Amino acid sequence: MKKSKLTLLAAALPLLLNSAYAENKEVEVLHWWTSGGEAKALNVLKEDLESQGISWKDMPVAGGGGSDAMTVLRSRVQAGNPATAVQMLGFDIQDWAAEGALANLNDLAKAENWDAVIPAALQSFSKYEGNWVAAPVNVHSTNWVWASKKVMDEVGITEVPKNWDEFVTALDKVKAAGKTALAHGGQPWQDATIFDGVVLTTGGPEFYQKAMIDLDKEALTSDTMKTAFDRMRQLRGYVDDNFSGRDWNLASAMVIKEEAAFQIMGDWAKGEFIAAEKVPGEDFLCFRVPGTEGMVTFNSDQFAMFKVGEDSAAAQAAMAKSVESPVFQSAFNVVKGSAPARTDVPNDAFDDCGKKAMADLAAASEAGTLLGSMAHGHAAPAGIKNALYDVVTNHFNSDMSSDDAVKQLAEAIQGAM
Amino acid sequence: MSNNSTFSRTWWQNILPKIVLAPSFAISLLFVYGFIIYSGIISFSSSRMLPKTDFIGISNYTKLWKTLNWQVALDNLAIFGILYIVICGTLGLFIAILLDQKIRIEGFLRPLFLYPMALSFIVTGTAWKWFLNPGLGLEKLAHDWGFENFKFDWLINSDMAIYTIVIAAVWQSSGFVMAMFLAGLRGIDSEQLKAAQLDGASSFQLYRRIIIPQLGPVFLSAFVVLSHLAIKSYDLVIALTGGGPGRSTQLPATFMYDYTFTRNQMGVGAASAMIMLLTIAAIMIPYLYAETREKKQ
Amino acid sequence: MSIASNNNPSVSSQRFWRVLIYTTLIVMAVFYLLPLFIMLLTSVKTLDEIRDGNLLTLPVQWTLEPWKKAWGTACVGLTCEGINGYFWNSIKMVVPSVAISTILGAINGYILTKWRFPGHRWVFALMLFGCFIPFQIVLLPMSQVLGFLGIAGSTAGLVLVHVTYGIGFSTLFFRNYYEAFPTELVNAAKIDGAGFFRIFWRILLPSSAPIIVVTVIWQFTNIWNDFLFGASFAAGEHAPMTVALNNLVNSTTGVKEYNVDMAAAIIAAAPTLLVYIVAGRYFVRGLMAGSVKG
Repeated sequence: MKKSKLTLLAAALPLLLNSAYAENKEVEVLHWWTSGGEAKALNVLKEDLESQGISWKDMPVAGGGGSDAMTVLRSRVQAGNPATAVQMLGFDIQDWAAEGALANLNDLAKAENWDAVIPAALQSFSKYEGNWVAAPVNVHSTNWVWASKKVMDEVGITEVPKNWDEFVTALDKVKAAGKTALAHGGQPWQDATIFDGVVLTTGGPEFYQKAMIDLDKEALTSDTMKTAFDRMRQLRGYVDDNFSGRDWNLASAMVIKEEAAFQIMGDWAKGEFIAAEKVPGEDFLCFRVPGTEGMVTFNSDQFAMFKVGEDSAAAQAAMAKSVESPVFQSAFNVVKGSAPARTDVPNDAFDDCGKKAMADLAAASEAGTLLGSMAHGHAAPAGIKNALYDVVTNHFNSDMSSDDAVKQLAEAIQGAM
Repeated sequence: MSNNSTFSRTWWQNILPKIVLAPSFAISLLFVYGFIIYSGIISFSSSRMLPKTDFIGISNYTKLWKTLNWQVALDNLAIFGILYIVICGTLGLFIAILLDQKIRIEGFLRPLFLYPMALSFIVTGTAWKWFLNPGLGLEKLAHDWGFENFKFDWLINSDMAIYTIVIAAVWQSSGFVMAMFLAGLRGIDSEQLKAAQLDGASSFQLYRRIIIPQLGPVFLSAFVVLSHLAIKSYDLVIALTGGGPGRSTQLPATFMYDYTFTRNQMGVGAASAMIMLLTIAAIMIPYLYAETREKKQ
Repeated sequence: MSIASNNNPSVSSQRFWRVLIYTTLIVMAVFYLLPLFIMLLTSVKTLDEIRDGNLLTLPVQWTLEPWKKAWGTACVGLTCEGINGYFWNSIKMVVPSVAISTILGAINGYILTKWRFPGHRWVFALMLFGCFIPFQIVLLPMSQVLGFLGIAGSTAGLVLVHVTYGIGFSTLFFRNYYEAFPTELVNAAKIDGAGFFRIFWRILLPSSAPIIVVTVIWQFTNIWNDFLFGASFAAGEHAPMTVALNNLVNSTTGVKEYNVDMAAAIIAAAPTLLVYIVAGRYFVRGLMAGSVKG
């Protein structure tokens, strides 16, 4: 067939010549980045593509930390009509790749030398059976604390807490002063995000690896795990009365508005601070969950590229290329609050927190303390992740004892495997 | 000749209705029963993320019954279903009886009770969430008005949150039940009432002895409509509590969605769907039987 | 019927009861109205007033900005054009869905009562059961079918879905209504040589107004308010109102703009509210006319 050869050629052309020629100059992007900072960051990509003549068909599906978007995706894939690119996390990418639904990006990756510039920990999610299937956008880490400088000054916290006990002392001071010590939203994934940090500070990186990634039964039922749950209970005492169901960005807003002192949240929270025109170091502070300095629990937003028709492949490749371009990596992550997915991106444009994030990432990668976040699907597949959510959130929202929690955790994870 | 054409005409008139009905019926067969069978097959398969059609026996069902969330969902459905049906029914009947007392402003009042049915919970969920939130809504209002000790924190209390769902659900559907009862009341034969009134029966007696017993079919219809709404309740939970605090307001419909679409345990999700279907069938089949049998021409 | 005119009560005790009934009704109506009232009130307040006041404080400074923003400039995902486009999407979806499912329901009800054939009960029962299945289970197979038909992600696909799951109820309504319609009239017409469609058109349809109103209200409300199908089958540019509303409400710039959210919510609900207010009085009448009574 003459025509199909032509389209093939058309699809290959932009890769070779870097021209923007394509039959279908449109990418359809399914994502759940609808919050202010996130949408702003994604706009950077949209504008970049538009400058290449590729139009952006936006498909936002908000809610549920992306779970609604995943339902939409399933329905699109079943209909044989997947979006060009889908925002996706960790094991979900591997699962979709296993279903044979993802495109192969090897040619582009080779031409762009992705193997050399993207950290191995990310590659293990972006590649399936050795083939590139997704373009990583960023590296978030979840073991951060965001603090209001002003509230800390007011209640007399002069130094950043270095370990758990100092953190508790600081929280007590805030509470005594009548402010909310810990800004938090009671949604399962947020409870689990805190849990990431608590497990890491309680047991250290080896324990985290054993319990959360290897799902070792002994580690899961150990006394260390019980202590972790005890500490969750401790934190529960520092949230305000209205935390149930609150969205994370509203919790961040409490710190921004100086109503609360701390929030334990991934570094996407920084995007909200920046959007509110707050300056790191002056208005707010960022530090690792006390006791986890030098360790990073990460999750990486990636654009999984779905198998689309040949006519759209060129636009898809152009999008993947743009995602990995150092210019976009810098521009996007400056706004989003994350670290670039490439290691060779200059840190000039980043603020103090961003620079620290990039340095921490490099150091942790070196030291082997770069660990996948359980709360964000980078430690275990969805079934197990949600089983853990169940226990953590039930424990946090009731008066369940740590003994029971540990027992349930082991059972739940067993049941989901 | 004419005989022949009459015959073909009659034949055509006999077959035409069936032809006209056929597409609707075919659509039902495929999109309802076809899909139920499809779910049934999935529930015996090892499907996780996308549907598969292998056969692994009943292990999804055994897994389901061992899942704590499913037990919670069933318990919640029992609490929610019973309270919802009873309160909606009682309240609906009560308002209907009041409205039936030759109320001059009935035309104005009726839509006020009916309108919640017109709104999606995506819309009202936000308002309700706000209203029930202790720091923003009713509790704060009471505090502002000087009732410092007033406490209403059901929304964030794992043990009580399910009752906030009952409140919102009753608010939404009781107006509809009211309309059904009102229609029923208006349809009652007035001769019989007049006779009873002449015999000196009081209003209360009239309702208890004559009117309410005659509303039997309405009770049945209301029960069926409410119970299927209860079993299908989904938006309500998502909008109000998201299944929380913890997992304390999980219902079977949210469980099913959760396991099928977000936990990649499609087999277990399908198994829970089959259980839900069987429950609905257990309620519906006697009703359908009565509905189609009773009225002989 | 009414039994207000009781025998032998003294005038004053009767007045007491009347006052009590009115008071009860009005108090209850106020409670039912409260959520809508709060939404309305919030939508005309500025954000500062929302933060400082409580739910029921009247705005000091009335503002229509939130309404304008919700309609024309609020951000849904990356596009900041408000929700008006999605409003039309919903209209495009709801009008054909309601029309088709009502017409089919009317004809089905007519056949199932006036042109009965052996097994008609079975056919009806099987169709009716379709109303009661939990819709989550049909999402995946349905998308496969829509993809096969080439109408996935389009308004046409969504219309098909809504018609499919709407005909059960519309058939129920019309069947029960026509059940009470005198069959002798139909039979007489048959003897006079009137055909299938002619009888329907000339004899049944003209007297069907009450049940058409009930069916239209029911279908319109359900289809307009649907979120599950809309999100699964038409996310993106064809998304209906409810999906856009959900995105809007979840789309915040750190500060949650409650007033814009509420204005958008009321805009999203306006058509159904209007239908209930305009046609509400026929609703009870229509229910009375047969769909409720067994």
